[in-house]
Amino acid sequence: MKPLKIALIGNPNVGKTSVFNALTGLNQHVGNYPGVTVERKTGTAHLSKDVKASIIDLPGVYSVNPSSKDEEIALNAIFDKTNKDYPDVVVIVAEVENLKRNLLLFTQVKDLGFPVVLALNMADQMQKKGISVDVPALEKALQTKIVLISARKNQGIEELKQVVLNYSYYPTRPVFDLKSIDKEYFSLLENLYPKQNPYKVWLSQTNVYPFENIGNVVSSNAFVQKSDSEIKKLQHRETIKRYQFINDILKETYSIDTSKATDIRMRFDRILTHKFWGYIIFFFVLLLIYGSIFELAAFPMDLVDGFFADLSAWTSATLPEGKLTELIADGILPGLGGVLMFVPQIAILFFIISILEETGYMSRVVFLMDRIMKPFGLSGKSVVPLVSGTACAIPAIMSARNIENPKERLITMLVTPFTTCSARIPVYIIIISLIIPKTYILGFIPLQAFVMTMMYVIGFLSALIAGMILSSIIKADRKSFFVIEMPTYKAPILKNVFLNMYEKVVSYIMGAGKIILALSVILWFLGSHGPSSTFGNAEEIITEKHITDHLTEDELADELAGYQLENSYIGIIGKGIEPVFRPLGYDWKISIAVLTSFAAREVFVGNLATLYNLGSEAEEDEAKIIDRMANEKREDGTAVYGFATGISLLLFYAFAMQCLSTVGVTKKETNSWKWTMIQMVFMTGVAYIAALIAYQLLK
Amino acid sequence: MTTLNVLKKSQKGTIIEINSDNVPLKLIEMGCLPGNVVEVLQIAPLADPIYIKVNDSFLSIRKDLAKQIQVELI
Repeated sequence: MKPLKIALIGNPNVGKTSVFNALTGLNQHVGNYPGVTVERKTGTAHLSKDVKASIIDLPGVYSVNPSSKDEEIALNAIFDKTNKDYPDVVVIVAEVENLKRNLLLFTQVKDLGFPVVLALNMADQMQKKGISVDVPALEKALQTKIVLISARKNQGIEELKQVVLNYSYYPTRPVFDLKSIDKEYFSLLENLYPKQNPYKVWLSQTNVYPFENIGNVVSSNAFVQKSDSEIKKLQHRETIKRYQFINDILKETYSIDTSKATDIRMRFDRILTHKFWGYIIFFFVLLLIYGSIFELAAFPMDLVDGFFADLSAWTSATLPEGKLTELIADGILPGLGGVLMFVPQIAILFFIISILEETGYMSRVVFLMDRIMKPFGLSGKSVVPLVSGTACAIPAIMSARNIENPKERLITMLVTPFTTCSARIPVYIIIISLIIPKTYILGFIPLQAFVMTMMYVIGFLSALIAGMILSSIIKADRKSFFVIEMPTYKAPILKNVFLNMYEKVVSYIMGAGKIILALSVILWFLGSHGPSSTFGNAEEIITEKHITDHLTEDELADELAGYQLENSYIGIIGKGIEPVFRPLGYDWKISIAVLTSFAAREVFVGNLATLYNLGSEAEEDEAKIIDRMANEKREDGTAVYGFATGISLLLFYAFAMQCLSTVGVTKKETNSWKWTMIQMVFMTGVAYIAALIAYQLLK
Repeated sequence: MTTLNVLKKSQKGTIIEINSDNVPLKLIEMGCLPGNVVEVLQIAPLADPIYIKVNDSFLSIRKDLAKQIQVELI
């Protein structure tokens, strides 16, 4: 038997996700709709011993009229009979506290002709909030089945399953009379499409849904296509009429003492949206986020790193020598380690963000920050990804998911890597200590620390400016308005928090992880293989060259490593690309190091050490590599790492998109190679131009 | 008669008319309808957006949108 298909629909913040989690548990899957970034959440539930149902959790909406492309694609599931998610029965999740608004969506979905079950969530709080509902009378008036539930306390879920099972007995006729909006027009539509669902016919006039069997309008003298403005007026009128219909019903069946609920809300809002304390509290929240992903994640990250290093060493020692072992031990395992290394950060960040969303605090952040972020094409919520980005862009880009507006979400994802992530720190430290003297500004501010701070400022500023540029270039799919709900404050439901965290980690590993692994294996291959005439005979060439030098074993190994990197494919590419980098003040060694640091920025230093044949020593003593770099001379006798080249390198690393993990995550999150490539070209282009200008002016 | 954007904190008004060409359907659907009472609960520190209560819904909207809503002060 084909599994029953159930769609969960409801306003945002009514606990729809809790209901979904209660029904499916861990049997859920989160993917993307093709071409857009909105999540497609599905799961399976056992309604009874032998009835399995597949459940689709549609994004929270206030009505079936979509306000963005994302919503439109998701809502297609309830319009298009050929859609794979087209449900047999719809469960509308509503909150008892604001039933009026929830019922607007209910009447619309009901009019589409589905058997509809109305789940009234948070029923456990009815008494506390002074709410009473006459369920049988409401069921009769709305021609539906009502179940009182509390997803938080797991009450009423079994009853909901039972009621859904009997879906085929529920009425599917419309509950609202469209002719009350405009008798003439809707009678005409009915005559033109006699056998169609009248509400679908009307929606097809207002939107672009591919409704089944609605061809072009039959030519008729009586039919005059309405203008956009007239359609909009009719839609407004429809909403007003639906509310009248709902109000009339609720007057008889529902009562609420709103003063009780409003009081708690206002007490919190007075502090959290306060013009001074509001920002102070938000500042500490950001500090908590930053500190957690920076400090708290460090320990598990080291564990993952160490584990994979050991595993890789063990593999190459245990398996028989050969190409396959090399691929596994040096290519795949370190790549896998590189993927899993970000898991602690992602888990921690989403733990915090889920709590902020669940409690309703995040909407207050938007309220506080909107005016500040708006000019940059960003959302108030973009502050969280931008600040997280100073630890690492990977979890930061993922956290942009919570931004509702698609354009602001895209821009946030694209500009987040500009912020100074922790991988840039080792590069900055080396270069700053080379070119910035240890003096003090005004006698007490250390100049080196000042420059380091400026690099952070540059990171933030470039993210904001890039946002401004992108927001003028990127076209919104339709005009979007800033209308957000300020939800009631709630204690977070830990089950939701952990499921969300789990789901984000899984989707990162399965989505971005694959791309990151593939790219890092390719990069490993290019760096560890080369033409047989040079690379292939590296050992003999080096041994022969130093035959009279009496080098220690370590020194010889360093010489060999340097020679191998120079003659690997990536070394050859680096040398070949040197003319491109020369105007920036880089020699071939720097070019190779810049190129290889695409794996991760921090390997820049390590690879330079290898190229200077200092591989083993630099690991123990960073001062040695700085010393060596300081004494490196060009052919004309000037220092390679002069002031001009140093600044040029700092700027290049500040802007360039040089992190294959970020590429993987951007691809996964934007769901588009186009935007991923645009991000890479845009950032690297800015980096090149900035470094070029700096070097040419300063040399 | 005035528009919603000029209301001060804690002031209330009855919605008289909404410019249907410049106001998204979403706002209407959330309960911003003629005849309903709207109350300004809070104004963001930089004077925009505003935090309102209407039709038992608590919303945050920008002032340019609030300007499209005509209200009668109560």
